[in-house]
Amino acid sequence: MNGLPDPGWLAAAAIATPLAGAVGILLARRRPNVREGVSLASGIVLFCVVALAAAALEAGERIRLTLAEPLTGLPLSLDVEPLGMLFALVASGLWVVTTVYSIGYMRAHRESDQTRFYAFFAISIASTMGVAFAGNMLTLFVFYEALTLATFPLVAHAGTPEARRGARTYLGVLLGTSIGLQLLAIAGTYAVAGTLDFTPGGVIDGEVGGVAAGALLALYVFGVGKAAIMPFHRWLPAAMVAPTPVSALLHAVAVVKAGAFAILKVAAFIFGFDLLRDLAMTDALLWCAAFTIVAASLVAMTKDNLKARLAYSTVSQLSYIVLAALLAGQAGFLGGGLHIATHAFGKITLFFCAGAILVAAHKTEVSQLDGLGRAMPVTMTAFAIGALSIVGLPPLGGILSKWLIVEGAIEADRAVLVAVLGLSTLLNIVYLLPIPVRAFLRAPPEGAAPGVREAPLPCLAAIAFTTLGCFALFLFSDPLIGLLEGPSGASP
Amino acid sequence: MSLVQHLPALQVAVPLLAAPLCAMMVRPRIAWLFATLAAWATFAVSLAIFHRVLDRGLILYEMGGWAPPLGIGHAVDPLNALLLVLVSGMAAIVMPAARPGVGVEVAPRAQRLFFTLALLALTGMLGIAITGDAFNLYVFLEVSSLASYALVATGADRRATTAAFNYLVQGTIGAMFILIGIGLIYMMTGTLNMADMAVRLREARDTAPVQAALAFIVVGAGIKFAVFPAHVWMPNAYTYAPSLVSAFFGATATKVGAYILIRFIFNVFGVDFAFGEMRIGWALIPLGLAGAFVGSLVAIWQDDLKRMLAYSSVAQVGYIAAAIGYANRDGLIAAIVHVFNHGLMKGALFLVMACVILRLGKADMRSFRGLGRRMPVTMGCFVVAGLSMIGVPFTVGFISKWYLVVGALDAGLWPVAALVVLSSLLAIVYIWRVVETAYFREADGPRTREAPAMLLAPTLLLTVLCVAFGVATEFTVGVAGSAADMLGVLP
Repeated sequence: MNGLPDPGWLAAAAIATPLAGAVGILLARRRPNVREGVSLASGIVLFCVVALAAAALEAGERIRLTLAEPLTGLPLSLDVEPLGMLFALVASGLWVVTTVYSIGYMRAHRESDQTRFYAFFAISIASTMGVAFAGNMLTLFVFYEALTLATFPLVAHAGTPEARRGARTYLGVLLGTSIGLQLLAIAGTYAVAGTLDFTPGGVIDGEVGGVAAGALLALYVFGVGKAAIMPFHRWLPAAMVAPTPVSALLHAVAVVKAGAFAILKVAAFIFGFDLLRDLAMTDALLWCAAFTIVAASLVAMTKDNLKARLAYSTVSQLSYIVLAALLAGQAGFLGGGLHIATHAFGKITLFFCAGAILVAAHKTEVSQLDGLGRAMPVTMTAFAIGALSIVGLPPLGGILSKWLIVEGAIEADRAVLVAVLGLSTLLNIVYLLPIPVRAFLRAPPEGAAPGVREAPLPCLAAIAFTTLGCFALFLFSDPLIGLLEGPSGASP
Repeated sequence: MSLVQHLPALQVAVPLLAAPLCAMMVRPRIAWLFATLAAWATFAVSLAIFHRVLDRGLILYEMGGWAPPLGIGHAVDPLNALLLVLVSGMAAIVMPAARPGVGVEVAPRAQRLFFTLALLALTGMLGIAITGDAFNLYVFLEVSSLASYALVATGADRRATTAAFNYLVQGTIGAMFILIGIGLIYMMTGTLNMADMAVRLREARDTAPVQAALAFIVVGAGIKFAVFPAHVWMPNAYTYAPSLVSAFFGATATKVGAYILIRFIFNVFGVDFAFGEMRIGWALIPLGLAGAFVGSLVAIWQDDLKRMLAYSSVAQVGYIAAAIGYANRDGLIAAIVHVFNHGLMKGALFLVMACVILRLGKADMRSFRGLGRRMPVTMGCFVVAGLSMIGVPFTVGFISKWYLVVGALDAGLWPVAALVVLSSLLAIVYIWRVVETAYFREADGPRTREAPAMLLAPTLLLTVLCVAFGVATEFTVGVAGSAADMLGVLP
């Protein structure tokens, strides 16, 4: 990156670009084509900025920047490291795709208040970039909160009593856990360690006894409500009242992965794996994660509403990452990080398909999908591929991260957790695969409305892209793993 | 001698002399203009004092050249310099807004008296903050209190009269307790100068009158400060007073009570005596936390949003009381910073109520329906100041809360830290139900538009300050830190 005086600006630009996009969207509110053009353009610019930053990181440059110092000794600072870079790449790349999808979806669905929708979408992405590039826990918390607040108008978008109720649960659980538990954990960390910087090997090892460290860990794991560990998972199904593009990008990728990402960061850079392995609390929390994996899958099986089923599937998949982080080993960390990407592509495909089905066929329940494969072959094929990726079949991305997490569990000598992951795979098959199977193999119900066709072209293009992405993740995974492992073994 | 050296005298003299002049101005517009200019001049004086204090650390001023303890002196350190800036700054911001606001809520013939009373209340509060003499403090306390009772009574709602009467009775009890406390100290030390008292009290500490004096002053200041369960006067007073009075008092009145408490505990009695022997931390922390929970819980159920904000103040005052009770440096920083920060956000929120009342006649949940579209700027201010109340990062509320929690952890009070964050979750509920109503429910009232710029601009200014001081904290936290250092608590 010759010619760039200080690569720190790239991190700031990654936050500023979507914010500028939001301003542009508001200014162009009277002209939908311009507005959506601005949205798309800022997505593309953002992705380029993040890619530039990735190149700089690859070249071994340190990308860091201090934004402000509101509390003495606790700056708001950005410090790009491999895991955050992966998260930023996934979120910014998929934002472009989701914007294309949104244009088709929102117009076909004749949604109101589209300017508000696009503007807050952009602000949410800016917050996500802040989470991804945060240099210390306080900065991460600041953007984590911004993300919660920026997504609230998107969840409450419809303004119906149902949407308001869902949004209330959403905000209540997320703000409640983050202020009630996470902030306490952060203040506690600061009180014992005197710093909140993300440091390889952690900052609290040796500063505090096992019980207090365990309490802090529990506060973090439950306080990061976005990781949706039971019993703080209710907000995610509640968020499904939002328009589908929101569910697809934010509640399958950006928001939920911000939670899982935060847990990975806390495990690796606040606690450090050595300390984690010694804590009794780690065991207890591993069981919580394992319980969430299985229980959420079981709940997903009972849901007839397609989006609700996908939401519970996400709850379950998020706990994979939490579990991977708590395994406190290199393979687990790598698997957890990779799962951010692989699950993102699989799940966003499924949500895109769910939205396409809603727009084209006006169907929301699984039981209504009989025979739909004939009318919407592309959508349902993509759904099947996305589902297989989540289940973890080659040649799709999902297997990579799942494999690494299993490897991590074996390394940590936890046979039961390996069994849990296996059981969860079976459950994935049970609740996901019947959906395309029904659509293709069953006959349409008597008296079904004829003339159902595929969703608008932008929707299909987005679906095709993410579906191909599932294959690409498997076939070309080396750059990603290389990125995660870092140029000089920077990962812990 | 140059004018600069007489700044401490001017601080009180300007509003005190302006008040009777204001009463002589028959036309409300002229009275308002004059009061506004006086408030601005006062603010300028306090900024000048603040500047000098930052340079010098402590300013002592002898009234009429008589040296204390014989004469009456003013003493300004970072703690009261910050309070002077807050009180006069709020007056300078709220007073211009009074023209449209008071025009609706106060009868025309009472308006010039309204401005006179506002200046008198301002005088009293500034006097309390600046004086170094305990009896003088009591006198100014009565000046501000009597003006406050009358100001509350100018509210258009007839219930304002009973609210003012309750305020008067309870406020007088509080002031009387403080007077008794000061009398007891005077009996034991023979001095009224606070610095002198502190020195002489060191020998007389273990006597019953001094212990009783501490109790009287803590309880008296606690009433003025509206610490639970002595908060009963506040909700009605703030609900039925004209909104601008609520804005000014919500931001300043209880803060003066907090100042009296801090000044007497830390300066006059000393940390060792107050916390070591008398263990007032055991009273302040539980009562503060109880107030935080009770105030927030009651706020959730209020339909009248001014009353909701008043109960929210009960909760916020509780945090300040608890933070004082930690008796460590971070706790004191939290208390002082929150005195300032809460002033900003509560002032902004009450001004939002003034805007809504001006346009819609009342500020209940129903009139907020669909207000996000009809008064976007006003509601934008409510959201930002409300987020600050919740304690979201990038707002002043977060800074306060951070120090509240870290202070508790420093003092080894884990459960207290947990209760502080737990109670602050309740703020999410009472703020957010308003936000949701304003943005996601359809309006069913008459069409309306934004409040006039004269009212909207101060609201916007305070809201911007809520964010500005949440990002750049050298001013608040820095000053609170040096104030805490001068008050002599252990780090």
